[in-house]
Amino acid sequence: MTTIGWIQILLFCAIIVALAPLLGAYMTRVFSGERTFLSPVLRPVEAVIYWLGGVDEKREQHWLTYTIAMLLFHVGGFLILYALMRLQASLPFNPAEQSNVAPDLAFNTAVSFITNTNWQNYGGEGTMSYLTQMLGLTHQNFLSAATGIVLAVALIRGFARASAKTVGNFWIDITRCTLYILLPICIVYTIFLVWQGMPQTLGAYVEATTLEGAKQTIAVGPVASQVAIKMLGTNGGGFFNANAAHPFENPTALSNFIQMLSIFVLGAALTNVFGRMVGNQRQGWAILAVMGILFIAGVAVCYWAEAHGTETLNALGLTGGNMEGKEVRFGIVASALFAVITTAASCGAVNAMHDSFTALGGMIPLINMQLGEIIIGGVGAGLYGMLLFVILTIFIAGLMVGRTPEYVGKKIEAKEVKMAMLAILAMPLMMLGWTAVAAVNPQALTQLGNAGPHGFSEMLYLYVSSTANNGSAFGGITANTMFFNITGAVAMFVGRFFMIIPAMAIAGSLAEKKSVAASSGTFPTTGGLFIGLTVGVILVVGGLTFFPALALGPIVEHLAMQANTVF
Amino acid sequence: MLKEIRPAIILLVLLTLITGLAYPLAMTVIAGVIFPNQAQGSLIEKDGKVVGSSLIGQVFADDKYFHGRPSATNAPDPKDATKTVDAPYNASNSMGSNLGPTSKALAERIKGDVDTLKKENASAAIPVDLVTTSGSGLDPHISPEAALFQVPRVAKARSLPEPQVRALVESNVEGRTLGLLGEPRVNVLKLNLALDALKS
Repeated sequence: MTTIGWIQILLFCAIIVALAPLLGAYMTRVFSGERTFLSPVLRPVEAVIYWLGGVDEKREQHWLTYTIAMLLFHVGGFLILYALMRLQASLPFNPAEQSNVAPDLAFNTAVSFITNTNWQNYGGEGTMSYLTQMLGLTHQNFLSAATGIVLAVALIRGFARASAKTVGNFWIDITRCTLYILLPICIVYTIFLVWQGMPQTLGAYVEATTLEGAKQTIAVGPVASQVAIKMLGTNGGGFFNANAAHPFENPTALSNFIQMLSIFVLGAALTNVFGRMVGNQRQGWAILAVMGILFIAGVAVCYWAEAHGTETLNALGLTGGNMEGKEVRFGIVASALFAVITTAASCGAVNAMHDSFTALGGMIPLINMQLGEIIIGGVGAGLYGMLLFVILTIFIAGLMVGRTPEYVGKKIEAKEVKMAMLAILAMPLMMLGWTAVAAVNPQALTQLGNAGPHGFSEMLYLYVSSTANNGSAFGGITANTMFFNITGAVAMFVGRFFMIIPAMAIAGSLAEKKSVAASSGTFPTTGGLFIGLTVGVILVVGGLTFFPALALGPIVEHLAMQANTVF
Repeated sequence: MLKEIRPAIILLVLLTLITGLAYPLAMTVIAGVIFPNQAQGSLIEKDGKVVGSSLIGQVFADDKYFHGRPSATNAPDPKDATKTVDAPYNASNSMGSNLGPTSKALAERIKGDVDTLKKENASAAIPVDLVTTSGSGLDPHISPEAALFQVPRVAKARSLPEPQVRALVESNVEGRTLGLLGEPRVNVLKLNLALDALKS
């Protein structure tokens, strides 16, 4: 570990903290329907969309209608994406002559993109046509991200409103989120990325003759426009197989730094939106503090483990850390930091191969996802995941003092706690249940890329990443098989919708309640006690649930590595 | 619920067209005008022919060139499409080795590479990036130490004085961005092009 490494980490944190209130203020205006500096350009477009779609701007929706609208939107998105992949050979913008995608792979990928997972069982440059990348994947990157954000906003409205029947209008929220927040940032961001060296072309793959006279086919494409939303929307599905490790998908140290910022910025800003909408920004800062504590702890462990290297390398006198699967332009610190960020948020982009991380370095991404990606989290999903844990914490605090718990002026009662627990229990069921099934499936075991405990970690990572809608992988596993395609898709589906629907039910239930004034018996939720208690609840729930599985994978592998045992 | 179906269809179609077609196509046009070189893939031409991209590594095996890092990319086996064969620096199939810290295959590969490098230059410590594969398999860079390690071999193969080659390496070192981000590095293709230019 070096000083300059830690300076990079702290600079990253400082910029996120500085951006959160700025962007939070803007996003609050957008979702409150107020005018913004972009309104002169975008308002006419927005009005036309509502007019064509028959959307009444004055009408708001009950939480159930809001959820149904969201689900309808997903069904449509799924059908478009699936059809594009199955038909791409006969459609335009296909200079590399990619064939149609197989049905089980197309099913897995379509579920993966509508759930904001963006798991890559496909190879990017070897599978998808330019049309599929743009009209299918880029578009779904926008819409699944926008969906996450607007659901979080609906939940926030549930906390903020009193005696209300509605939580907003899904159609208005999704349109405004796409037009006012995601698109403008992506346009500027794309130009920056191209400047850094990212291709943006519809031309065919380039044939080069190398200095030694060999032929090299260089895959290019409309990369930058997709990568912008891939990072900003915490989607993470790469244009190329190697994702953000590919020099075209992450050309420089500066592009890498900005990509890391763009993974966190909207999620961090949403904590501020929460604070503003419930009328006390300190409530938002308290949540961001909980996230920050868990984040820094993860970075420290991962950075230390990777800088320390593996016994295989150290025994040969190779110093400089574990560079297997990492790029020289990023080095150890930017690779370790990226890995923690991408799994803390539900991004899943990778700039180094997590499969080749040290045992403990690779365990941190696993833990981040197992805790439900509540450290910043997926755009929106992170905030409502964290609020579920907050509800649990408040409930436990209430039990300790024997009072009905309250949070930001709302009584937390049986219905909210039941819904929060439903979501919190559905995750480990998918993560651990499917891993157990795969571990006793002989056909699945032949697909592993590594033997010994690392092979178990590969399977565990697959289902943890799928359920948490992350999409990063221990890539050694050959997951493009019928078994993994189908079971992975089920995990992604349950992971997304068993989180969203309970969260929306809580939103609806809270919105209907009266607001109660804080009294001397109210547990203050902006101070250190609350922050510490929430961190504790998250670690206890996560620790009790996942420690046995981690012991079988990364922990035993770490011990084997120290003894210089190989498999 | 029925009244939600019309907006579902219309908004899906409109937003799909905006974000899936209008946005990427407009960005392609704008990027092509402002940064035409980068938008096409930062290609390098020599005598009118594309010799590669400054961002994509390529295979260098000859003693007279600086070598890049090992690469784990592969390609379909021409004899059997269900299998793959090693194809380093295959720029249409990026991938890492995905071998874990306790992998026997990885340990043996690194040991073999270390033994080869020791024969080449016994006096310097072996830089770790010279025996590890990159995440993409296309890493265009090596560390400055990895380039300096190869100086004696390259100088000998080209019958050039070592200080001249060393000076060329040092002038090709790219530092940290803003003095802070990333790691110091040397672009192998650019360095080798500079090396070829020395002769003429």
